[in-house]
Order: sequence, then C-alpha cells, then structure tokens
Amino acid sequence: MARIIGALTSSHIPSIGNAISNGKQGDAYWKPFFDGYKPVLRWLEQEQPDVAVVLYNDHGLNFFLNNLPTFAVGAAPEYITKDEGWGLPVFPPYKGYPEMSWHVIESLIEQDFDIAMCQEMAMDHAFINPMRLFWPDENPPKIKTIPVAINTVQFPLPKPSRCYALGKAIGNAVASWPTDEKVVVIGTGGMSHQLDGERAGFINKKFDEMCMEALLNDPESLTKFSSLELVREAGAQGAEIIMWLAARGALQGKVSRIHSSYHIPISNTAAGVLALANN
Amino acid sequence: MIAAHSVQLTKQLIPGTYIFDGRMAMKGYNLNRMCYSFNSAENRKKFKAFPEAYCHSFNLTREQIHAVTDLDVLRMLQLGGNIYYLAKLTGIYGMTVQDLGAQQTGLSLDEFRAMLASQA
Repeated sequence: MARIIGALTSSHIPSIGNAISNGKQGDAYWKPFFDGYKPVLRWLEQEQPDVAVVLYNDHGLNFFLNNLPTFAVGAAPEYITKDEGWGLPVFPPYKGYPEMSWHVIESLIEQDFDIAMCQEMAMDHAFINPMRLFWPDENPPKIKTIPVAINTVQFPLPKPSRCYALGKAIGNAVASWPTDEKVVVIGTGGMSHQLDGERAGFINKKFDEMCMEALLNDPESLTKFSSLELVREAGAQGAEIIMWLAARGALQGKVSRIHSSYHIPISNTAAGVLALANN
Repeated sequence: MIAAHSVQLTKQLIPGTYIFDGRMAMKGYNLNRMCYSFNSAENRKKFKAFPEAYCHSFNLTREQIHAVTDLDVLRMLQLGGNIYYLAKLTGIYGMTVQDLGAQQTGLSLDEFRAMLASQA
C-alpha cells in the first residue's frame, strides 16, 4: 500500500524561476525566501519520496477558456514545459506515472469526483517553480509526478470545501495503490496577493498566518469560506490557497509541522512554504 | 456566503477587484483568446509589428483595441480581460506585475514597491 508521507505547500511566483536560473538565491532580496526552504530540503533528502501528486493551477498555458476543466488529472508518461509568453525558460519534461494516474482517476470517479483526464498536459510556472524549489539540484528531478490542475482562472471556482474533499479522495486513492511507494502531496500558489484591479498589491498577513495555523490544526475551518470570501481576505489570486487546502485534505494520519516560512513581498505576493508530515 | 452571479451588474462587491465570472468571460473572450495566442513567440512578433491589425484579426471591439494599444490594464479588465492572459500581452513590453500594480493604483513603481513592503 502506497503511503502519503506529507504535504508540501509553496508559492509559485513566476520570478522565483528566473531567480533560480540566474543564481540569485544568495542576494539580499532573495535570501530570506530561499533560506525558508532549507529545512524542507533536508526532510526530502531524508525521506526520498517516490511520487509527487502536484495540485496546481494552470495560468493559460495548457487550458484556455474554450475548454476549461474545474479539476483535471494528468495521465501522461511525461509532462512538457512550454513558452508561457513572458520569458521563463523551457525545461526537459517532468516524469509522469501513468499507471498510478489511472488508478487515481478511477478511484476519484468512484468517489464521485468527475474529473477531466489528460494524456498530454503542458506544465507552467505553477508546477515548475515549486518542483525547482523542492528539488534544486535536479531539473527535472527523478521523482514521478501526477499533476492535478484546479481551475482558479474562471469563476465560479470550485468551493474550498470541495477542494479539501478532493484532497481527501486523492488520499484514499493513494492508500489503495498496491505498492509500498512513498508519496508526497504538493499544493502550489498563494499566499495573499492581488495582481489586478485598483486593489492590486493587496496582502493580508493576518489571514495568511491564520491559514498556516489552520492548515496544521483545523483545516476544516478553512472549508467554511466561499471562493469570493477568499478573494476578499487573501486577494484575487490569493484564492490559490485552495490548492494548499486540497493538499492538506490528502493527509489522513497524525499531522505535524516540519517547517513553515513566510516572507513579504516576493514580486507582488506574500510568499509562504509549509511542510507537514503525515504519520 | 456571497455569490458571484451578477456581481458586476451593479457595483464591485469587493472594492477594486474584478471577478472574472461568466459575464466578463463572454465580454472578453476574443481579447483573452488573442492574449492566449501570445504563448507563441511568432505571434508576439506579429503583434508587435502591427498591433492594431493583429487585434482586428481576433475581432476585438474598438474599445478593446484602444485599451490594448494604450496598455491600459484597468480598461482591459473592465472590457473582459483576465489578468492571467493580459500578463502575456504586457510581458511583450517587458512590464512586470509590479509595473502593472503601479499603473492600476496610480502610484510610481517605487511607491508601489514601498506599499508592498509596508505590509510585511
């Protein structure tokens, strides 16, 4: 039986990619941000997970508004990266795990999640940057991946409660996969930020800190928010915290904090990383 | 609980925030479709050479074309643009999200950066 060893949640701000490519991790602006990942890297080094289920949101690379699934699960042998339009580098493909993907898909449908299924899927910064942060020495890393895209582009967004339930269902799916592989669940995006409108630049530290605590001890409390309430509290794109909530939903054991770090601002965003162990 | 439906029919439910709901998606479909095309370097080049002609080829309205050629982000949002797609357009001109933030809030870039840092 495969086992979820923990959840890692991280911001995926585009400029992180360029900072890594240009070796700016030690610069005054970036150092506090990158230092926040070191304890998580030590944990990953020690645990050596085999599979990463990555909950992320596509920003108009793989999906356009003509065909936009609410939830989509990748079932490809590999996941390519492509030109997003503004200068982020394109990398060799990330490794997929189609056999396990189909198991997850079948299990999700059984659990009443009628997801879209994708045998080709291009990954954008929301997938790539957290992978580069968590596996800085290998690009692409050896770990097999199962991307799960959640719509945050077009309202209505899936309800936070539904995202949490999706995470739970993914947890069940992994638990019934008949190998002893170690699985880590990754949720990307956030924390509070708003790129558009007269309220651009909005950040809500208090709300982010509340979310970090709630994700550890009381995730159900976050399922009471509507998507619009998340927009109000966390900013238009801060609603991406639904990916963190989904990742947390996958943890069904005794949950403890490995590490968390929070830093304002990176680009227009309150950047956060949270690592939770599942025992 | 607040519902997105008909948000923009009256006033912004969350001040300074444009909720990209079905109504906005209908209004901005061609604008966003054009911006989606900027995932291709060749299309970015074509646009940059003849912006208006490129806009016409995606059937943008006159208002949308003006907003695009003026790089007026708030106006593009009001005309149905979605920020994830608009970023691909503004990126062609080397504008970062901080440049967009400064423009939309009427602050200088330094003032906008100071405003972000003040929230730490």
